[in-house]
Amino acid sequence: MPETSTPRGKIVVIDYGMGNLRSVWQALVRVADGREVVVSADPAVVNAAERVVFPGQGAMPDCMREIEARGLRTAVLDAGRNKPFLGICIGQQMLLEHSEEGDVPGLGVIGGTVRRFPAARMLDATGKRLKVPHMGWNQVQQTRAHPLWKNITNGARFYFVHSYFVDPTDQEYVVGTTDYGLLFTSAVARDNIFAIQCHPEKSATAGLVMLANFVAWKP
Amino acid sequence: MVHSTLLRHRQRPTAGQIRDPPGPRADTARSLTLGLAKRVIPCLDVTAGRVVKGTNFVDLRDAGDPVEIARRYDEQGADEVTFLDITASSDERDIILHIVEACAAQVFIPLTVGGGVRSVADVRRLLNAGADKVSMNTAAVENPDLVAEASSRVGNQCIVVAIDAKQAAPGVWQVFTHGGRRNTGIDAVAWARRVQALGAGEILLTSMDRDGTRNGFDLSLTRAVSDAVDIPVIASGGVGNLQHLADGVSEGHADAVLAASIFHFGEYTVRQAKEYLRERGIEVRL
Repeated sequence: MPETSTPRGKIVVIDYGMGNLRSVWQALVRVADGREVVVSADPAVVNAAERVVFPGQGAMPDCMREIEARGLRTAVLDAGRNKPFLGICIGQQMLLEHSEEGDVPGLGVIGGTVRRFPAARMLDATGKRLKVPHMGWNQVQQTRAHPLWKNITNGARFYFVHSYFVDPTDQEYVVGTTDYGLLFTSAVARDNIFAIQCHPEKSATAGLVMLANFVAWKP
Repeated sequence: MVHSTLLRHRQRPTAGQIRDPPGPRADTARSLTLGLAKRVIPCLDVTAGRVVKGTNFVDLRDAGDPVEIARRYDEQGADEVTFLDITASSDERDIILHIVEACAAQVFIPLTVGGGVRSVADVRRLLNAGADKVSMNTAAVENPDLVAEASSRVGNQCIVVAIDAKQAAPGVWQVFTHGGRRNTGIDAVAWARRVQALGAGEILLTSMDRDGTRNGFDLSLTRAVSDAVDIPVIASGGVGNLQHLADGVSEGHADAVLAASIFHFGEYTVRQAKEYLRERGIEVRL
């Protein structure tokens, strides 16, 4: 995973030390059409990026702490203002104002709360208990048109692993929903930001198409 | 299943905040296939970088190459691929890391790796090489704190505990370690609950009684464990035909089914398995 000091025109995957970004990097390289993809924890590299991917795994309180500790908050917020910006999993959740996980504030880019799947209500159509984490391939219903849905069947399955989901205050930003006991928001978008709960880097063809759409996106 | 009807009967976590998607319901597809798919997972036994049991893909350049086989399964629609490293020699342990690296560069579905995982450092090495989940078995029994520590470090979504269980009496199964050679005397259902509490994100449950028999999963065991925990359970051991896969889901309540030989020897493709499950009303990704 090369890191360069002059990544102009490059796609930067923000690394804040939480877990492995190799899969995200490799999937982006696959669709980047020769453009350079770098993984970086350096705010200057993020600032100089043409487009930014904000991934995440683990627990949101830990992720938020690491972003603060590495001085990346401002760089993430700036990227969210003016660059094509893709949030993935916890990288989506952190865009909201607050999370029930650890009762921590998020970055507040999008109004709303990150909620846990309510155990008592996790039942399927036959009354069978649904497990948490929500792990595996589920459908994303495209509730609004968006360039990142291009060439992806409405209702295509993506790979999810999570116990919390975003609940944005303003439904205008909801672009995708998924059914797991309840209908939850699985994708949000606003201006230059697109963020999704599932893992496109692990979602076979549908995921690669989405990442290719992101690489080509001109918001 | 008509989705809108289901929704009306469901409570939402916060009334008024999570709504039906706006606009007309153009998404008629959802009433046909709804919710989380059951997963079909081919498993490859790997030693010193080579697939052990061999495969029968007619057109593989290298039938012993785990990466090429994983690619083939991905093309067939596998939901994940599991590598079980059965390398005996510790000198050759690092070979699996190169396999995982090569696989992760070419196969964009989740990859689980197990076998010989003894420490958080082992977990990290595999994740850094490109594994999405790491499975531990003997080490978890010998040192349950390892499950908790690994889970807290890398997240429970990355930690799979493999349980090898053998029936001791009707309705009672005990946990075996060291590749099934050592009986711990631990109750398998109680152990499943314990590893969940410790932070395991998933259980890979293998019936020692059925493994290799091709007589089907131990459905009582699978159901007992699956119903006892809230984390997903992968059924393993004994698959000889596609009906066995369906039984594992329908009767065993498994969230995923794992098989090796029926896929390796070309009896069935993963796609055929998933089409079979779908015909029986089981949701799959096709």
